[in-house]
Amino acid sequence: MSYQLPKFRHPELPKNDLGYTKADYEGAISTLCAGCGHDSISGAIVKACHELSIEPHKIAKLSGIGCSSKTPTYYLGKSHGFNSVHGRMPSVVTGAAMANRELLYLGVSGDGDTASIGMGQFAHVARRNLNMVYIVMNNGCYGLTKGQDSATADEGSMSKKGEPNPFSAIDLCATALQFGATFVARSFSGDKTQLVPLIKAAIAHRGFALIDVVSPCVTFNNNKGSTKSYEFVREHAEATGAVDFVPMRKEITTDYKPGYSHEVTLHDGSSIHLYKLEQDLDPFDRTSALLAMERHRAAGDILTGLIYMDKASRDLHEQLETSRRPLSQLTEEDLCPGNQMLKNINASLR
Amino acid sequence: MKPTDTSNPEYFHKVVDCQYACPAHTPVPEYIRLIAAERYSDAYMVNWESNVFPGILGRTCDRPCEPACRRGRVEEEPVAICRLKRVAADNKDKADIASRMPEIPAEKNGKRVALIGAGPASLTVARDLAPLGYSIDIFDNQNAGGGMMRSQIPSFRLPAEVLDEEVNYILDMGINATFDIEVQSLREVLDKGYDAVFVGTGAPRGKGLNLPGLEDAAEHVHLGIDWLASVAFGHTTSIEKKVLVLGGGNTAMDCCRTSRRLGGEDVRVVVRSPFEDMKASPWEKDDAMHEGIPIYNNHVPKEFVIEDGEFKGMYFEKVMAEYDPDGKRSLVPTGEPLVFMEADVVLMAIGQENAFPWIERDLGVAFDKWEMPVVDRNTFQSSNPKVFFGGDAAFGPENVITAVAHGHQAAISIDLFCQGKDVDERPAPFTSLLSQKMGVHEWSYDNAIETDKRYAVPHAPLDKALSDRMLEVELGFDRGTGYKEAERCLNCDVQTVFEEARCIECDACVDICPTDCITFVGNAEEEQLRHSLTAPAGNLAQDLYVSEDLPTTRVMVKDENVCLHCGLCAERCPTSAWDMQKFLYNVTKAGR
Repeated sequence: MSYQLPKFRHPELPKNDLGYTKADYEGAISTLCAGCGHDSISGAIVKACHELSIEPHKIAKLSGIGCSSKTPTYYLGKSHGFNSVHGRMPSVVTGAAMANRELLYLGVSGDGDTASIGMGQFAHVARRNLNMVYIVMNNGCYGLTKGQDSATADEGSMSKKGEPNPFSAIDLCATALQFGATFVARSFSGDKTQLVPLIKAAIAHRGFALIDVVSPCVTFNNNKGSTKSYEFVREHAEATGAVDFVPMRKEITTDYKPGYSHEVTLHDGSSIHLYKLEQDLDPFDRTSALLAMERHRAAGDILTGLIYMDKASRDLHEQLETSRRPLSQLTEEDLCPGNQMLKNINASLR
Repeated sequence: MKPTDTSNPEYFHKVVDCQYACPAHTPVPEYIRLIAAERYSDAYMVNWESNVFPGILGRTCDRPCEPACRRGRVEEEPVAICRLKRVAADNKDKADIASRMPEIPAEKNGKRVALIGAGPASLTVARDLAPLGYSIDIFDNQNAGGGMMRSQIPSFRLPAEVLDEEVNYILDMGINATFDIEVQSLREVLDKGYDAVFVGTGAPRGKGLNLPGLEDAAEHVHLGIDWLASVAFGHTTSIEKKVLVLGGGNTAMDCCRTSRRLGGEDVRVVVRSPFEDMKASPWEKDDAMHEGIPIYNNHVPKEFVIEDGEFKGMYFEKVMAEYDPDGKRSLVPTGEPLVFMEADVVLMAIGQENAFPWIERDLGVAFDKWEMPVVDRNTFQSSNPKVFFGGDAAFGPENVITAVAHGHQAAISIDLFCQGKDVDERPAPFTSLLSQKMGVHEWSYDNAIETDKRYAVPHAPLDKALSDRMLEVELGFDRGTGYKEAERCLNCDVQTVFEEARCIECDACVDICPTDCITFVGNAEEEQLRHSLTAPAGNLAQDLYVSEDLPTTRVMVKDENVCLHCGLCAERCPTSAWDMQKFLYNVTKAGR
């Protein structure tokens, strides 16, 4: 088994605006099972960050516990990282984001880490609209402990041992919407053409951006009867539409078939173009998004793509009217008003 | 694009760039692995089977394999393939090798073959035919076998003992060799009743330059190859102090370096073309310059200068190269005054020609308007079915490894012809494709990719080298360095073999591939496909490996160009749709 990735790269790898190639955004060689969907998501994160020309030291990648939460080792090797406690990644991101609002916070979690032990944390970070990207690598099972059904396993989905799951599933996109998330998307690890622009749009969105990525567990949940296998997802994925992320200053070159298209300008001046396939979904309307998800769930399909986006999103810093200068950069002088000011304040209260 | 037909042996053969580029198609990665495993005798025999002269070629080969080496496309320099071959030759067990030589049947098959010339082409024919029971007579005008390898390659590049050893492996196969005999008539040879005759007489005539003053300067002007031969056979032991060598090929490099060893002090190479267009191998130019020999490029010789009946030197006209839109070069005078260079002696190394005054034109051997024999490119048969040509004699000057390749093919033809079979029905190459899987994520080859830069071969100290014509300049890699250099090989013969029926399109191979060779994409015509891959596929000389349609209607496309053959695609594949399989390709030999 190879423990190191060869150092050589394709000699003509494209360079981004910073002069970096994709290789500058890679991490160590993966130790996950061969064929794990998570590795593809790692690949998509690398591609998205490279193409957006984000300086690696301006990114913080955080995770909880689980197969998914091991992945930060496998991408963005030159960025900040924090592998936190099981289910507690949102708290750590909240702390970090409050202290330094200038970094891009990329949280990665799994279905166990999010929908079971971390459900409370997940609810509150969505509710507070913390400015972060929250990617769930969702394989519907506990791969690290030999594949027990997780809380996102669909009712009736067959385990490797042939047992159908008796419980109903938590739909992370639907719950996030109800918790108040301002960007909700679902994708599939095996579809980078959809996933990469979604990650880019989530990065550009100011507020809490959830991408629930169905990511098959090749070892424990890629069997017949499973609703999270490569084959099942490929057959049952229905895209809301195509998403094209257009960075600021770049011309639109993608050529889609005529249809309903919508351009949304994001906070940083970039824009996303939506090319809608799902006629009954208005991705800027929560009710419509919830209905569409429910409709597809009932039909046994998986609705993928951008499901909801709040164009008027105000993130936690905006809501709390925090200092524009990051807390981490404020000095004692900035923070302590001095004895005289304190006396004045006290006097005003007497 | 149509799915790639990997059952055609030429597809995977082409992926092994070094082997494909080698005229004799020596299985390079196979013997490099054996060197790394310290199995020098085995490595030697892999070479010997294919190129007949591993020790000689390990020192003197033109190495078409090295510019082709895939390593040169992922980093600065290719694997030092040629010098690794020498490691095998230097470290082999001679007794072991002798015991592995083919057995020569005591009872002959009744067929007699004459080989004219005892150079690399003829010796290869002898090597291939003797074990089959042919009676072989060799005739050569030199006093020992080896042809131009003996007369033109100086001893400081190729020691006589190395040459003798490998020539003798063949002559000891019961070959009846007659030396010091100039064959004057092909008719006489044919009249002796041979079943076939092979002409391997090389390109023995040096080209001259008929410039003003040549007549008076004649005794100070020598043809390069004749002068080198005269040195090799001990007739010439010294040279004057000021030497001009005209020409930019490897013969010119051998002439100037030999001159330095025989007393030449001011030795210059003067060449018409720009430096980069010179025909000499880059390393030969480097070695010459390292020995203090300047190379004057863009100088066209104009005149031999005689004053008061004495030879003084030569005039040259300065030119510059201009290229027309088709890349055709013309040398245009710069208009500067002629350059005078003093000289005591001039060596002309501006090319070689074939000469067949000894072949009567009424024997059915047709000649073209350039007085070259009409020879079939595949069978090496002339228009007289009994007469075959090979080496430089067939199509003009090439190199040793090409002569060897010719010899193998001519031997196949002679064997087919003597057995009354059709010479155009060439036997297929011997190939095998074997999985290298040893267990989960384990391979029987060393798939880790070393990042070492190319190792330099150590040289003898300059002062010592220049004072002794017989002292070999290159010392060769020692075993340790040979191992390290061998580890630079990417094992391109261990092929990435894709089985679409097993693929679940998880993208694991795409994500892990360090050089972005693999893409899953909708099929299209090649030109369009080359633009829709993960990384640009601009090297048109390198094939795209295309699968059948997959369930998502996409196809797997792999650009072979910079694949490291690291096996990670196969390691990360959950269904073994990718496998690493060793492809061995051996050109068939006579009698197979």
